[in-house]
Amino acid sequence: MSTHNLIEIKDLHKYFGKNEVLKGLDIQIKRGEVVVMIGPSGSGKSTFLRTMNLLETPTKGDVYFEGTNIADKSVDVFKHREKMGMVFQQFNLFPNMTVLDNLTLAPMTTGKLSKEEAVEVAIELLAKVGLSEKADAYPQSLSGGQQQRVAIARALAMNPDVMLFDEPTSALDPEMVGDVLNVMQDLAKDGMTMVIVTHEMGFAKEVADCVIFMADGKIVESGTPNELFDHPKEPRTQEFLAQVL
Amino acid sequence: MSFNFIDKFLPYFNDGLIVTLMISAFVVVIGTVLGTLIALAKLSKIRILRWLANVYIEVFRGTPMLVQIMIGFQVLGKMPLPEFQLGILTEDLSRLVPGIIVLSMNSGAYVAEIVRSGINAVPKGQTEAAYSLGIRPHQTMMKVILPQAVRNILPALGNEFVTIIKDSSLLATIGVMELFNGAQTTSSTTYQSLSPWLLVAGYYFVVTFITSRLINLLEKKLGKGYAK
Repeated sequence: MSTHNLIEIKDLHKYFGKNEVLKGLDIQIKRGEVVVMIGPSGSGKSTFLRTMNLLETPTKGDVYFEGTNIADKSVDVFKHREKMGMVFQQFNLFPNMTVLDNLTLAPMTTGKLSKEEAVEVAIELLAKVGLSEKADAYPQSLSGGQQQRVAIARALAMNPDVMLFDEPTSALDPEMVGDVLNVMQDLAKDGMTMVIVTHEMGFAKEVADCVIFMADGKIVESGTPNELFDHPKEPRTQEFLAQVL
Repeated sequence: MSFNFIDKFLPYFNDGLIVTLMISAFVVVIGTVLGTLIALAKLSKIRILRWLANVYIEVFRGTPMLVQIMIGFQVLGKMPLPEFQLGILTEDLSRLVPGIIVLSMNSGAYVAEIVRSGINAVPKGQTEAAYSLGIRPHQTMMKVILPQAVRNILPALGNEFVTIIKDSSLLATIGVMELFNGAQTTSSTTYQSLSPWLLVAGYYFVVTFITSRLINLLEKKLGKGYAK
């Protein structure tokens, strides 16, 4: 495999029981690339994203991250997860810790940073997502949009090589969506490699280098935003876009 | 009914109370640690551990505590342990230690079920968030899941602590000189059949009442900032 691919997935299959939800997927993601995955609910895009850091174990297939097949059982997947940030639909902040502690826990626990360094990084990142004054607040006291920005900062605190976003704005009130998307857009501008599952088509058009359309556990079509949104080739893609645009 | 015995016999109650509190403190600590370990075994990926945990829990919950105490005393009561003096009471460690062990083992079975339900009540997203950050399973358990589980289970755990205090009275049957035994001694010596028991009931009630209040306070403190 070529080394400039940060993530390369080959012939990925995933079964839940007898139900095949991913039916042989291949993808290459280059360093610095922003890949957006769209598709109807139940198409398997979230499951696909979750196999990239092995939160879902593939039934069959290889998941290369920085040249290592992390789907191989002999590989220490936790070591690699340190380099792959993930942002969830439901934020999943640790409710028993302050915002600051949410950000410093992983760098300290994995031995990556000392306490002083972790706090310094955390304060920097909170400024970046516009929540400096919330360092000592508990997640429950924040709005959804604020919580999601903290969650992004928490993932960034590990200084990851790629950020995986699993429908980051789907659980937010409409007026909160913009703040979160702005933070993501800034990240993209900074050159972060990002894989994003979203229903925000406008955002996808604007930020994506590559858009992937999935349906029924398969990649139906992929291309630049211009190719996919304005000149879709596959009838299934056209049908989907006609419904959502 | 008369409380005339109080002058002479109050030390049996007061010193007995100290022993009861001592027993309870040991049992609460050992039982909680043991129960947490059994809960982790029951949630383990390793089948034999799950099986052992299940057998343990079923056996201890499915037999009377009094029977467990009798068996425990027969098996463990032969240890050559010394006696010691606590105020007016002479405590025989070869009775006290097996008693504490059996109560702790029994409590462990109940605590295990409490802890397991508390862990299961923490949303799966918490584990996933921690894993996605590279935090390993045991650290995720210690730093993310258990602290939240403790908060979930505090009321149930408080009930278990109160139960332990009350159940420690069963150790009187193997000759441990504790609070219940103080009442028994008083009753049989003074031929007062009711008043010593009323007094001892008051002792137990005050202790269990204070315990549940303290647990309530702790609950409030732990809930700080993230009350739903």
